Amino acid sequence: MIAIDDYRRVAPPGAVDMLLRLAERVRGRRMLHLSGGRFGGGPAEILHTLVPMMADLGVDAAWEITGGDPKFYATAASLRAALDGAERVLTDEGLDHYVEMNRINAKKLSLEADLVLVHDVQPLTLVQHRGSSGRWVWRCHFDSSRAQRRAWAFLRPALSQYDAAVFSLPKFGRRMSIPKYVIAPSIDPLSEKNRDLTAREVAGILRGLGVAQDKPILLQVAPFTPAEDPLGVVNAYRLVRKHYNVRLVLAGTGDSEREGREVLGELREAARHDSDITVLELPPDAHGQINALQRAATIVLQKSVHEGFSLAAAEAMWKGKPVVGGFAGGLTQQIVYDVTGYTVHSVEGAAFRLRHLLNNPELIARMGAAGREHVRRSFLVTRHLTDYMALLIHLTR
Amino acid sequence: MTTEAPAPFQFIGCVELRQALDHRARDERELLDRLEDVPPGSVFYHTHGYFLRHRPITTAYGNDFAAWVAVHVRDQVLAERLAVINPFEAASLEELREELITVIHDHLLRVISVPRVEFGEIFHFQQSHIVEVPLGSAAATLAEFRAGLAEVDASAIYFHMVEARTRLGRRSGDFAEWIRSSLAMPALAERIERIDAYMTSLERVRARVLALVDDALEGEAA
Repeated sequence: MIAIDDYRRVAPPGAVDMLLRLAERVRGRRMLHLSGGRFGGGPAEILHTLVPMMADLGVDAAWEITGGDPKFYATAASLRAALDGAERVLTDEGLDHYVEMNRINAKKLSLEADLVLVHDVQPLTLVQHRGSSGRWVWRCHFDSSRAQRRAWAFLRPALSQYDAAVFSLPKFGRRMSIPKYVIAPSIDPLSEKNRDLTAREVAGILRGLGVAQDKPILLQVAPFTPAEDPLGVVNAYRLVRKHYNVRLVLAGTGDSEREGREVLGELREAARHDSDITVLELPPDAHGQINALQRAATIVLQKSVHEGFSLAAAEAMWKGKPVVGGFAGGLTQQIVYDVTGYTVHSVEGAAFRLRHLLNNPELIARMGAAGREHVRRSFLVTRHLTDYMALLIHLTR
Repeated sequence: MTTEAPAPFQFIGCVELRQALDHRARDERELLDRLEDVPPGSVFYHTHGYFLRHRPITTAYGNDFAAWVAVHVRDQVLAERLAVINPFEAASLEELREELITVIHDHLLRVISVPRVEFGEIFHFQQSHIVEVPLGSAAATLAEFRAGLAEVDASAIYFHMVEARTRLGRRSGDFAEWIRSSLAMPALAERIERIDAYMTSLERVRARVLALVDDALEGEAA
């Protein structure tokens, strides 16, 4: 098991000592995380690291999940998508069932804590069953600024029962009657996805994936959805390909929605006609493979056009890679323009910056090193934990 | 002779908890209007707080307003004028607010249309809550102070040199005040007080304080 002291070799100097000092102020206090599941996207991924670290620091940290039936999960997923700006049909019956299931969840779960952090949408209405003690905070991991009116109106009464909300960026929040704190997400540098790999390990994993390391690799790791613009990446690669002999690797998870299936079909078609394009459909837990791909890459792309925070750029920068990313979501926060990479607004812009970097290899090394330091200071789990400790102290003093 | 302070110096680090406000600006006129309304803590966050947050990469613009105008509005003229406003020279946050407003207002009188964000990001006003973190190390002599200062987390430099001066009303800063009142070394205190923290990094400020203390220690030894 990884201990807090193990982070001394990766965190900024003094960061672990600061954590230990902060912990002295909150030792024994109970902090409860409530989420919709233990697997899947970023929030669950980082809780697997954060909760044991908090316990290691002497906080009485716990993590509970809500359960339900398929109708409950479907309604929660629709609400989540609608809050993220997508058009969804929300029926009164489905919404009533969602509330009712959380009423049952509340009876099953122990909700007493000094600070209860409710992650995203599935457990959101549990706050209606809160006791008189403790502080409740809604931790929103996505961009709610363009939420559908019906979804926001439905959840507003529950949201007003929270003491505060936490967003990943100021622009992800909406006008609310409660304080909105800002805490960026983080990566765990010691996890399977980010730990150091030897060149031999990287080569072995890439061989297994069928990706040759005979020429520079351009890589995008992202779901195959229009929001991540993998087709734009292919078009940028084609502009670069006129001048540079490179490979393009697109690695991600498939999407059950029609648009996602269409995108994947087009990508496969592009790969069928160009042996230097590789499309890898990976399972959500392919952490070792993603790690190796990012380490093998020359330049990493994250050409999203609509994005939440997405830590793929931070993961790549941690591996010393410059990132060319879309001007969207959290990418503008992660990529320091002209220092750790470039944010771009178009396919042509991406191609231009890729060519610029390939033509100036010394920049690749310099930006990669700057990116790693930027992530060390701003996007490691130690900083995330520090922020949560500060929140616990601030709200429960 | 080594002077022992009656009250040891206690190093305190800090963590900044950020809070988003409901004020935002899409153009320079809105930036001006919102600047008039936001709480003083927001002025502090976007000026002095810049010093705490931007230490690893760059302090090229000196404050968030100048950085936004340069990067997102792409108005280099106003960015330059905002960047040279030294927040550490302002007697109060209200005086600093007034100076920022005056510069933007004056700039808007000279432009034909109000520069606005076209392809960049809108400006979101924030403020912060500082959580103090006692770092355990205490110093009773100048030599112990030097040893502690060399080791403490960089946020302690920010807390004692910036937060203490601007928000906690200790105008000399904690280092200078302790050295003056507890060690009775007014000349050294004055030199530390005069350190210009603007457009530099916390580590550089630490190095400058250490260099001054080293000089004083050498003087004591001689």
